[in-house]
Amino acid sequence: MSLSFVLGLLSGSVTSGTTLLYATLGEVIVQRAGIVNLGIEGVMLVGAATGFAITAETGNPVLGIVGAALAGGIFNLVFGFLVITRMANQLASGLAMMFFGFGLSALIGRPYVGSHINGLENVEIPALEGLPVVGAAIFDQDPLVYLVFPLAVGIWWVLFRTRWGLSLRAVGESPTTAFAAGRNPSLFRYQAVFLGGLLGGIAGAHLSLALALAWSEFMTGGRGFIAIALVIFSKWHPIRAIAGALLFGGALILQLQMQASGVKISAFLLEMIPFLVTLLVLIAWGGARRHAAPASLGRVYQGTE
Amino acid sequence: MGSTTEKAGHPIRLNYPWVIMGVRYVSILVVALIVFAAVLLVVGKDPVQAYADTFAYTFGNFRGFSEVIARMIPLVLTATAVALPSRLGLINIGGEGQLYMGAWLATWAALTFDHLPKLILLPLVVLLGFIGGGLWAAVAGALRAKGWVHETISTLLLNYVAPAWANYFIFGPWRSPDSASYPQSNAFVDAARLPTFGDTRVHVGLILGWIALFFYWFLIRKTRWGLEMRAIGGNPDAARRVGIPIRTYMIMAMFLAGGIAGLAGMAQVSAVEGRLKQALSPGYGFAGFLISWLAGGNPLGILFMAFLLSMIRTGGDILQITQGLPFAVVNILLALVLMIVLARPALRGQTT
Repeated sequence: MSLSFVLGLLSGSVTSGTTLLYATLGEVIVQRAGIVNLGIEGVMLVGAATGFAITAETGNPVLGIVGAALAGGIFNLVFGFLVITRMANQLASGLAMMFFGFGLSALIGRPYVGSHINGLENVEIPALEGLPVVGAAIFDQDPLVYLVFPLAVGIWWVLFRTRWGLSLRAVGESPTTAFAAGRNPSLFRYQAVFLGGLLGGIAGAHLSLALALAWSEFMTGGRGFIAIALVIFSKWHPIRAIAGALLFGGALILQLQMQASGVKISAFLLEMIPFLVTLLVLIAWGGARRHAAPASLGRVYQGTE
Repeated sequence: MGSTTEKAGHPIRLNYPWVIMGVRYVSILVVALIVFAAVLLVVGKDPVQAYADTFAYTFGNFRGFSEVIARMIPLVLTATAVALPSRLGLINIGGEGQLYMGAWLATWAALTFDHLPKLILLPLVVLLGFIGGGLWAAVAGALRAKGWVHETISTLLLNYVAPAWANYFIFGPWRSPDSASYPQSNAFVDAARLPTFGDTRVHVGLILGWIALFFYWFLIRKTRWGLEMRAIGGNPDAARRVGIPIRTYMIMAMFLAGGIAGLAGMAQVSAVEGRLKQALSPGYGFAGFLISWLAGGNPLGILFMAFLLSMIRTGGDILQITQGLPFAVVNILLALVLMIVLARPALRGQTT
């Protein structure tokens, strides 16, 4: 294993982990409010397609990211309508949104297959980039990478140190109690679902605007589901999600690194790594984690009479 | 109807179940078609023309109609694979992966024992197709039974592993020397091929689908095992207290379900393709989840919904050809159907 292999892995983990981290942070917020959204795959695809389309039209990736976030947020409001207002089954609704995202993103992205864009440009951090060996590997990334770490801390602060966050978590633990304490559970759940959609959309945009610089159908390739597993792995905690995202991002990038360095293992076997790693990690953490889950996760709130 | 345990809140369902069910399904479809027509209009396509093309192809001639039936087969199997464990409260979203593992193990049997007579080889191919999918799903069942990983997550993750595993063999050990540009396995010998009806693509898998549906209905409705399974689905705590071995049932139900989905994969390689190749399943596993959910696990509902979805998916091909739309767009129509039912639970005849 050469130094360049390790550095590539390191830098790749950060980039690839960033996509996962945005999606994971979004799902943490949603699940903290007591809702499971299996449709992140769809949200990410819609974000990726919208972001790419806007960037291709305007030439401005920042507009693309904003558009992707809004598209993800609005897309998730449909999910919110189903599970909050209509009190529908959350797992089935999530899968419906996944299908919806498959189709919608294909429709949005269709005219842009093969389009060339100028994606997000890397920004070097002058002081740190000069660090020996690792500097150039880690501190030469796209802006979304630098934003995601403070964002994770910010989300932790909002969830655990503000009144709004306390209310949101209360809704996830016991909507009835939160209602009795004067909070509107439906309102908080809508807010959580919208925020989750914003972040899922950005995750998709990061994929199409910073990593792939292209749009293709189903380009998320299961990252949405890895993000859901990451939420469990990180015990519904935004800061712990950072470590998880870097680890799983590493698993995603390891296969590319190994192929690039000419390791004689079939690309298809390597493709299995991130999913097997995810599953093995979940097994290793076992049932011990369940106590950390919001108590009302997945339960329909029928209203308080 | 698929359930005798309905609450008293649905008396009408017991009186006129078929009429009511028919009206529900048709109204779901009509609303979905109207909304999808709006989507088509937005992207500048003519919905009337699109629907007319689809209808003309699927019902206008024997060839098109037989194609709808042929594509319905894997859907019936993957939907049954969702319905069975759902009776225990298990959510199997891994039909896609189970299908691929069934196809993979069936292919192994077909390529390894190609010298055996058809009377032995074909049943072996079918059996290994079942076992391949079954064991794959049993992993998720065991993880759930142990309380380690919820089957929703594990089956979803395994969906991404199985096709890669099959691809490894397609591009590696099993790659046919004469498939330079489009990698696939060697063709199956005739003895390993599941027969088709006439010169259509409808194959014996159709009968396997009926058998699976009947087996599912019989197991759940007519046996003590089925009763205990429904007890687990209804109230796991009570089931545990009366001594029902929940864990064993969970693993067994997932094994049977995965086996049934594996048959779908087996039929794709043995009857339709005659070899293992890439992209065997354009989302049959996910569509099966949808069908089972829409049908509320009712066996006849599954048949009807599978037919409907097969028509929609065949229509998706027509849209792709005549309207230049990506095939994935058909997913919007699928999602609309599901979302309408989710938003109006009464349409499905269930209030949960």
